[in-house]
Amino acid sequence: METAMERRRVETVSSPDSVEDELELSAVRHRPEGLEQLEAQTRFSRKELQILYRGFKTECPSGIVNEDTFKDIYSQFFPQGDASTYAHFLFNAFDTDHNGSVSFEDFVMGLSILLRGTVQEKLNWAFNLYDINKDGYITKEEMLDIMKAIYDMMGKCTYPVLKEETPRQHVEVFFQKMDKNKDGVVTIDEFIDCCQNDENIMRSMHLFENVL
Amino acid sequence: MATGVAAWLPFARAAAIGWMPVANCPMPVAPRDNHKRQDELIILNVSGRRFQTWRNTLDRYPDTLLGSSEKDFFYNEETKEYFFDRDPDAFRSILNFYRTGKLHYPRHECISAYDEELTFFGIIPEVIGDCCYEEYKDRKRENLERLQDDQEENKDMKLPKLNFRETIWRAFENPHTSTMALVFYYVTGFFIAISVITNVVETVPCGSTTNQKDMPCGERYTVAFFCIDTACVMIFTVEYLMRLFAAPSRYRFMRSVMSIIDVMAILPYYIGLVMTNNEDVSGAFVTLRVFRVFRIFKFSRHSQGLRILGYTLKSCASELGFLLFSLTMAIIIFATVMFYAEKGSSSSKFTSIPASFWYTIVTMTTLGYGDMVPKTIAGKIFGSICSLSGVLVIALPVPVIVSNFSRIYHQNQRADKRRAQKKARLARIRIVKSGSANAFLQSKRNGLLNELLELTGTEEDEQKLIKSTSLLESQHHHLLHCLEKTTCYPVCSLQAHEFVDEQMYKQNRLETALQNDPSRSPSICSHDSSVGTCCSHRVKRNAALPSVSVPSTHPIPMHQGPLQELRAIHIQCGDLPSHTTSRSNLNLKTDDSGRINCRGAQITTAIICLPTPSALTPDGDGLHGSAGTNIIKVSAL
Repeated sequence: METAMERRRVETVSSPDSVEDELELSAVRHRPEGLEQLEAQTRFSRKELQILYRGFKTECPSGIVNEDTFKDIYSQFFPQGDASTYAHFLFNAFDTDHNGSVSFEDFVMGLSILLRGTVQEKLNWAFNLYDINKDGYITKEEMLDIMKAIYDMMGKCTYPVLKEETPRQHVEVFFQKMDKNKDGVVTIDEFIDCCQNDENIMRSMHLFENVL
Repeated sequence: MATGVAAWLPFARAAAIGWMPVANCPMPVAPRDNHKRQDELIILNVSGRRFQTWRNTLDRYPDTLLGSSEKDFFYNEETKEYFFDRDPDAFRSILNFYRTGKLHYPRHECISAYDEELTFFGIIPEVIGDCCYEEYKDRKRENLERLQDDQEENKDMKLPKLNFRETIWRAFENPHTSTMALVFYYVTGFFIAISVITNVVETVPCGSTTNQKDMPCGERYTVAFFCIDTACVMIFTVEYLMRLFAAPSRYRFMRSVMSIIDVMAILPYYIGLVMTNNEDVSGAFVTLRVFRVFRIFKFSRHSQGLRILGYTLKSCASELGFLLFSLTMAIIIFATVMFYAEKGSSSSKFTSIPASFWYTIVTMTTLGYGDMVPKTIAGKIFGSICSLSGVLVIALPVPVIVSNFSRIYHQNQRADKRRAQKKARLARIRIVKSGSANAFLQSKRNGLLNELLELTGTEEDEQKLIKSTSLLESQHHHLLHCLEKTTCYPVCSLQAHEFVDEQMYKQNRLETALQNDPSRSPSICSHDSSVGTCCSHRVKRNAALPSVSVPSTHPIPMHQGPLQELRAIHIQCGDLPSHTTSRSNLNLKTDDSGRINCRGAQITTAIICLPTPSALTPDGDGLHGSAGTNIIKVSAL
């Protein structure tokens, strides 16, 4: 899904030697694929793509988002806590080709799955998010990291006050639910099976359908 | 929340799906977007220049004019656009604020104009981006200072009644406010000069008398000098006591620098009077006379440059301190070195380190008296190093002090220049306004004439109807007429003027209410009464041109005194039914006083701010006979 579609044209400003490196970084720009292609690959309509791109480009005029900007943007939605850890995981989930930056195509693909995808695809995406090292298994440590990141976003001012073990307990609950064969890891099949059987989760998957 | 980020809200919400599988509790229902419309383009027409943007862009800042429903007030149904009658250049940066989230301040723009635009569009200046914020603040502060200066000037103009003490204090602080103060100012200045000169001349040897020695004049003409001294000290004492009496805060006054100088100027004299001619204290008495030189500092009240210098030194205290400190360090270092270098040589003048201080100072300031010179080679080497370094050490802090002085001095000059310019400016504005005022009067007169002509209604007269006024003007005139009919006061007319004068006029009305009987017959017009006539005062009025600087504090009846601002048309009122009389009454001749019937409604002040572009000379006489004949002689001006 990745390679053929992503033709990146990096334009660098030609300049004398010493400052070339600096200029290279700042002058990297990315132009996304044509509208038709994106339309074909994602489930968004033309108009929606236009709106998305406009917002994207306003915030990131260079056409790509690097991790710091991503963290900044995401943190603005959660002023009371620290969203940087979770943003890091999110960034990795969006950055499907792992090149350190999220281009508009990555962005739009991710959104397409999240907003217009089937439940299967969404669960797949969630699994990918939790699986930090992308090895196909969610271990307890990975889950604990994710959980801590989520609880960090809550911040200090909560009621009741968050305790140290809360994330750990939450992870235990999660593993009890998901880990059927009790081998200490959750595979993608276990995950999808379990989620499909859980009503709450199923319902919440459809929560954001009408975003955009 | 910064709203460029509003574009990312859908993304953040979508990413929330990542929490779902780990959530224990059910999620809340998502809000529905009921009136979801497609994003549409909005056209903003600002003085003809069309800006277009998405509605969502404007919705980013809902507490501004463009982002809220307030812009609906400006919606133009026919052209389906929002029309704003504002400056399109300034609007550019405002619209960019919506687009990029950053407000920039264009440097070529006037600060107050920009502020107004921001206020109009409901944007607080604090959101100006970091790149432009400092510049904005600097210019705003500068503007504020300038306005404050102007305000302080105006404060002198409009004065409430001051009691005796405050009057004296003001007279002392601003000698230009009254003649007495000016006289006092010059007298004290003169006596300061006399005192200083006598102090100086006192010590000059005045030709020898029978004894061979030359005596200083002071000892020769003791009595004369004593008299002069006494006179000066008396003046100074009186001045000091008066200032002390008039000061609003005596404690603060006594602590101020000028008052300390005053005290030190007169104290030696009194101490000398009190002290007896004791041998022991006479030495001290002589030293006390030195303090008389402080009288020269009293000049700083008279000279602004001196005050600026003092202020500069005060504000450069840290630089001066640094200069002093570094000099002291260098002096001690070099003095020590020179002392030890010259210790070996015989008959050396460098007897101790403090003795070497003198040499070091003289050398570092490149004076080089030559009374102490090093004789050894080492001494000479160190001496040269000393003189070279002296130049450096002194040259460093001096430019800072100089630039400070220059800045403060120029600021002061600017204030003075502005003050001088202001008078000329206001005078010119007055002339223009009175020109337009005359135009108003004329058109008003024409309007009245028109009305009367219509009433009388003969054919030929109707042809003479002057249809000059626009709808706006005629409505304005009508309004003023209504006002006049309301106030119903017989007043003379000269130049009509600005609104502020109407207030002064009202104030005066109150004060002269007793004197002015509105029903008094206007036959007084021709007499020199204090009430109700302009005509007789016309000549006097002509003499006194409007001058801004005259404060109009006294509650004089409006016709007399310096209030030239109050004018009104002195036109017949009375009963209209008899056309002939009304018409003939219009034939006001200034000497034809008896026929003037100023009863009833009288026309009073006109608030003249009409931009009528007629360039009537303010000094022209009132014979604006545009009706062809001198039907109406309005004593305008």
